[in-house]
Amino acid sequence: MRHIISILLENESGALSRVSGLFSARAYNIESLTVAPTEDPSLSRMTIVSIGSNDIIEQITKQLNKLVEVIKVVDLSEAAHIERELMLVKVRATGKDREEMKRIADIFRGRIIDVTDSAYVIELTGNGAKLDAFIEAIDRTLILETVRTGVSGIGRGDRILKV
Amino acid sequence: MAKEAKDKVLTGAEILIRCLQEEKVEHVFGYPGGSVLYIYDALSQQDKVKHILVRHEQAAVHAADAYSRSSNKIGVCLVTSGPGVTNAVTGIATAYMDSIPLVAITGQVPTAAIGQDAFQECDTVGITRPCVKHNFLVKDVKDLALTLKKAFYLARTGRPGPVLVDIPKDVSAQSCAFDYPESISIRSYNPIVKGHSGQIKKAVQLLQDAKRPMVYTGGGVILSNASERLTTLTRKLGYPITNTLMGLGAYPASDKQFLGMPGMHGTYETNMAMQHCDVLLAIGARFDDRVIGNPTHFAQNKRKIIHVDIDPSSISKRVKVDVPIVGDVADVLADMLAQIDSVGLSKKTQDISAWWKQIEDWRSRDCLKYPQGPDLIMPQFVVQKLFEVTKGDAFITSDVGQHQMFAAQFYGFDKPRRWINSGGLGTMGVGLPYAMGVCLANPGAQVACVTGEASIQMCIQEMSTAKQYRLPLKIVNLNNRYLGMVRQWQQMFHGNRYAESYVDALPDFVKLAEAYGHVGMQITRPQDVAPALHEAFTTYKDQLVFMDFITDQEANVFPMIENGKGLSEMIMSEDL
Repeated sequence: MRHIISILLENESGALSRVSGLFSARAYNIESLTVAPTEDPSLSRMTIVSIGSNDIIEQITKQLNKLVEVIKVVDLSEAAHIERELMLVKVRATGKDREEMKRIADIFRGRIIDVTDSAYVIELTGNGAKLDAFIEAIDRTLILETVRTGVSGIGRGDRILKV
Repeated sequence: MAKEAKDKVLTGAEILIRCLQEEKVEHVFGYPGGSVLYIYDALSQQDKVKHILVRHEQAAVHAADAYSRSSNKIGVCLVTSGPGVTNAVTGIATAYMDSIPLVAITGQVPTAAIGQDAFQECDTVGITRPCVKHNFLVKDVKDLALTLKKAFYLARTGRPGPVLVDIPKDVSAQSCAFDYPESISIRSYNPIVKGHSGQIKKAVQLLQDAKRPMVYTGGGVILSNASERLTTLTRKLGYPITNTLMGLGAYPASDKQFLGMPGMHGTYETNMAMQHCDVLLAIGARFDDRVIGNPTHFAQNKRKIIHVDIDPSSISKRVKVDVPIVGDVADVLADMLAQIDSVGLSKKTQDISAWWKQIEDWRSRDCLKYPQGPDLIMPQFVVQKLFEVTKGDAFITSDVGQHQMFAAQFYGFDKPRRWINSGGLGTMGVGLPYAMGVCLANPGAQVACVTGEASIQMCIQEMSTAKQYRLPLKIVNLNNRYLGMVRQWQQMFHGNRYAESYVDALPDFVKLAEAYGHVGMQITRPQDVAPALHEAFTTYKDQLVFMDFITDQEANVFPMIENGKGLSEMIMSEDL
């Protein structure tokens, strides 16, 4: 099962490698990992997408909690939550493709954020499936490069993860 | 002390020494080198913290580790950057696997040189990260005192473990005002001490309803100093008990409720009771592969499991449990005792005499029996004589292999912290440095290192350290000219092909001991075993004595559970 684990941890050098090292040392799986400081610069918020049985996810949560720099761990997928991922796609945009690309970007609520004579950079936000669908929808041979951030997640409503 | 020193400007090296003094550290095991020269300079200018100069950094960590294990004080080691650190890694990993509190101070190249591939540079925090409870790189001398306070606090609280502090050379040279905080709290670190009262009530109820109860305890009871409470509880209940390899001595081995060690080389009665009990009380133990064997086989017999552990991640890791209790073992045991007293014991508890009858029946198989003839010395016999000569009251360290199992099976430990061995990592070579650490933490105590001719050579250079500090430990070398445990597996599972397990060209251990300035003895006949041990502990009481016992070459450790097999699938000595 796919789980989205949200972690609040001290924003200290080495904290990220403790988390990623834990996953490799215990042979846990990481689909994606995102991390950045929060509004309180002493804290970082990390979102990890992992796939594993309930037993493994329980162990992952417990092992993460054991790390000295980790303050809180929540499995977001246990309840209502929102997940979003940002993708930047650079596509070839010449001739008839130029108009077509803009049209598909509009359909997906993407925005063109860089334009040259021959290329666009399209910014797209959504869950992973939506981003995958966009890639499927455009002509693959036109894709020059893609960059994805990995999933960030947050609980809906009153579910709050803070110190 | 911290208050007087306030505002006094000290160098990083001096601050480190002051912190060690504040933590009441009496001994530091270490080896100097370029990156720690300021620290050694500061060490030499005071006499509260004594430095023990080992001959290899690995031994510094092992000795500090045994210092902790045998005394409940915190062992401290000090090594230089680069190779000093990499040599120390085995020791750190050994302590980590057994949850031993330890503080390792390591030198680092100057901050400006970090990342430049400098001479004797290595990524210490990176290399040690997976085998420490936590580690720190101190980049500013102003952070040094607080970091050391944190290190000692982290090492000893919660599930204990080694903590490493990496100090670049320039940080140990720079100065700042010294102020050692009296107390500390870390917002991201709040170990649970008290067990959940509802769970404790449930556990007591289960224990009282049990028809075939069994108590199974591990190293956690020793680390938590909870032996007395465990003994009180177990005696009150009248239930059978086992201590794991890490937990030996937590309950007196001489007591009739004690069934012996469990697991791969555990006793028949213990393993059968573990498999067939209906309620299992597991305390400070982690159901590891050498204890329960195959978890699927273990789960075939239905039983209710109560699991007390300070580490939530130990619970339901290998075996699903029914009543998990997260908390400090000593605290939880106190609460369990109080709960039993409040509900009353005698009326409600089941009659378990049928279960004891079954256990006595298993016990009557006498699973540890071995043949001692007139010619060859059996290794088990040496350990039994060692027990008799030391009246069961010595500190015993061991290395890893057959001799370790014989020592665990045949030296009945009645007290905690007397049995010092590498249970988790299984590190050959620990025995001699462990014995050194024990001697320094327990001056005047009888200390013996039960080892083999292969293990002892992995840290043999420490005979020199033992001479320098006049450590009167006794080495009991069970010399079978084989890597005994490897040979046993090859005999049993690899068609008698003894690939590289025969040790040729052994040194003359008597001469070797004498070369280091100690007493050496070689013992070849069974009737000489007890007299030699007696002589070592009386005539040569104040000296290191190396006793080289030439033993039966092909003695095996029984009972044995084959890797991957279940607890009740033991191979007994008579089966081969």
